[in-house]
Amino acid sequence: MMGFVYARYELLRTFRNRRFWFFSLGFPLVFFWLIASPQHNKIIEHTGLTYAAYYMVSLASFGTMMSMISTGARIAGERQVGWTRQLRISPLSVRAYFRAKVLTGYVMALLSLVVLYISGAILGVHLPAGHWLGMTGLIVVGALPFAALGVFLGHLVNTDAVGPLMGGLVSILAFLSGTWFPITSGFLHSFGQFLPSWWLVQARNVALDGQGWSTRGWVTVAAWTVILAAGAAWAYQRDTGKV
Amino acid sequence: MQPMTAQASSRNGGGIRLRGLTKTFKSPQGTVRAVRGIDVAIDPGETVALLGPNGAGKSTTIDMMLGLSKPDAGSVSVFGRTPHDAVDAGLVGAMLQTGQLIRDLSVRELVAMMAALYPDPMDVDEALQLTGLKDIALQRTQKLSGGQTQRVRFAVAIVCNPDLLVLDEPTVAMDVEGRREFWTIMREFASRGKTVLFATHYLEEADANADRAILMAHGRIVADGPTTEIKARVGRRTLRATLPSVDPAKLAELPGAVSAERHGDAAILSCSDSDQTIRALLAQYPQAKDIEIVGAGLEAAFLELTGEPDLDEPEVVAQ
Repeated sequence: MMGFVYARYELLRTFRNRRFWFFSLGFPLVFFWLIASPQHNKIIEHTGLTYAAYYMVSLASFGTMMSMISTGARIAGERQVGWTRQLRISPLSVRAYFRAKVLTGYVMALLSLVVLYISGAILGVHLPAGHWLGMTGLIVVGALPFAALGVFLGHLVNTDAVGPLMGGLVSILAFLSGTWFPITSGFLHSFGQFLPSWWLVQARNVALDGQGWSTRGWVTVAAWTVILAAGAAWAYQRDTGKV
Repeated sequence: MQPMTAQASSRNGGGIRLRGLTKTFKSPQGTVRAVRGIDVAIDPGETVALLGPNGAGKSTTIDMMLGLSKPDAGSVSVFGRTPHDAVDAGLVGAMLQTGQLIRDLSVRELVAMMAALYPDPMDVDEALQLTGLKDIALQRTQKLSGGQTQRVRFAVAIVCNPDLLVLDEPTVAMDVEGRREFWTIMREFASRGKTVLFATHYLEEADANADRAILMAHGRIVADGPTTEIKARVGRRTLRATLPSVDPAKLAELPGAVSAERHGDAAILSCSDSDQTIRALLAQYPQAKDIEIVGAGLEAAFLELTGEPDLDEPEVVAQ
């Protein structure tokens, strides 16, 4: 109950934050329309997807990554003003605290997803209901490692560094994961498959044939989730043990 | 939510007990023995000042009481529980020494959010009323002045309606008027049967607002007793005046004076209440001139009390 009320205020705060609207929603939305609208029905080579479908999922993945990682910026900000200490002397459990953070990340991510789905539909992306749901499901699961990454960075890095670090990281991951153009062969193709963001972007294949991730995709996402969650737990311990 | 007032008196049995509390830090300058084995017992309902100069170990002691830091040795019991359990049960509210507010909420929303985390909170409007925040309740937290921020932090500490309220140098960022109001509210809150512990380096604050003062210096307790007693011990001021040919013994009899001596033409009086002494002095000896009144300062008073400037030699603890 108290965790619920806390999460509600956490959401309210995030909605009032201009940076969120810009990076997690505005940025992907603007880029989607810029890239996809001039040739939305054209098929992109090697992918079988139209520009609209390809960039809809790509930029939805980008917004999702941004939303989840920006949890880190909120945590770093709260640490800086000493609010984390204030919460530690309240009955709010550590579990409820992180639940609220991750939940907020997900609400933001789903919002950017919906906005891009609507944009995609306007530009002619038509999929069976099952495919929309399957794609959403994969993105929700694929966002998990980034939820952990956000908590990890939030407790490791200070406020000054967290912004550039997150921006840089998301840009590089987006590039290596085929967000901006298809990576279908060569070193980048082999390397990309080791990244959790690769599989987030791969959710678009549902639009093609209704097929989800390969086993390799599930294993990669699960492994990153475990590794980053352990890192997040370590960073939290290190941060609060120091006091 | 169930009202818990019936339980309130029984749930805080035992008060606060610190036993042999010790904390050492590693710093670039070497090892700092911040707290060196202190014993404190505070009964429920007491208002206690933790008084000492900067670096005395007050904040370290408070952090251990709140469970924010682990003692190297010794134990803390808060109403018969560990600090962690007491915090989880919502028995403790605190205003830490440093800290600002999270942004993007109104003052009212922030206070309401914190209230929602506790089992038996105060009414949010009552807390805002009490702390004088009614007029700025709808302002965003990032747009407040330093003094307003302190008030909101105070509201956050009391809205949870804790049995133990801990305030670590709460008036540091406040102006004179702000301080006066702050202590008025604190006393009003304490009068509800709450236990209050506040850290300060102002003797006047301790004297005016606490029943009892615990003096800390160099990680140790050097005095513990009613504030009047503490004040008499450390609150002396020195009054100097050019006043030839008056018997020091007569000067020592002035109200508020404790002792007097003479150096040439200068009379030097040690006063427990220099205000009274100066009035009487000028009434009886209008020829007195070049008058100076100097406070000893807590640091000097502590050195006098402990009798040595450096306490870094190993301590023999009788256990």
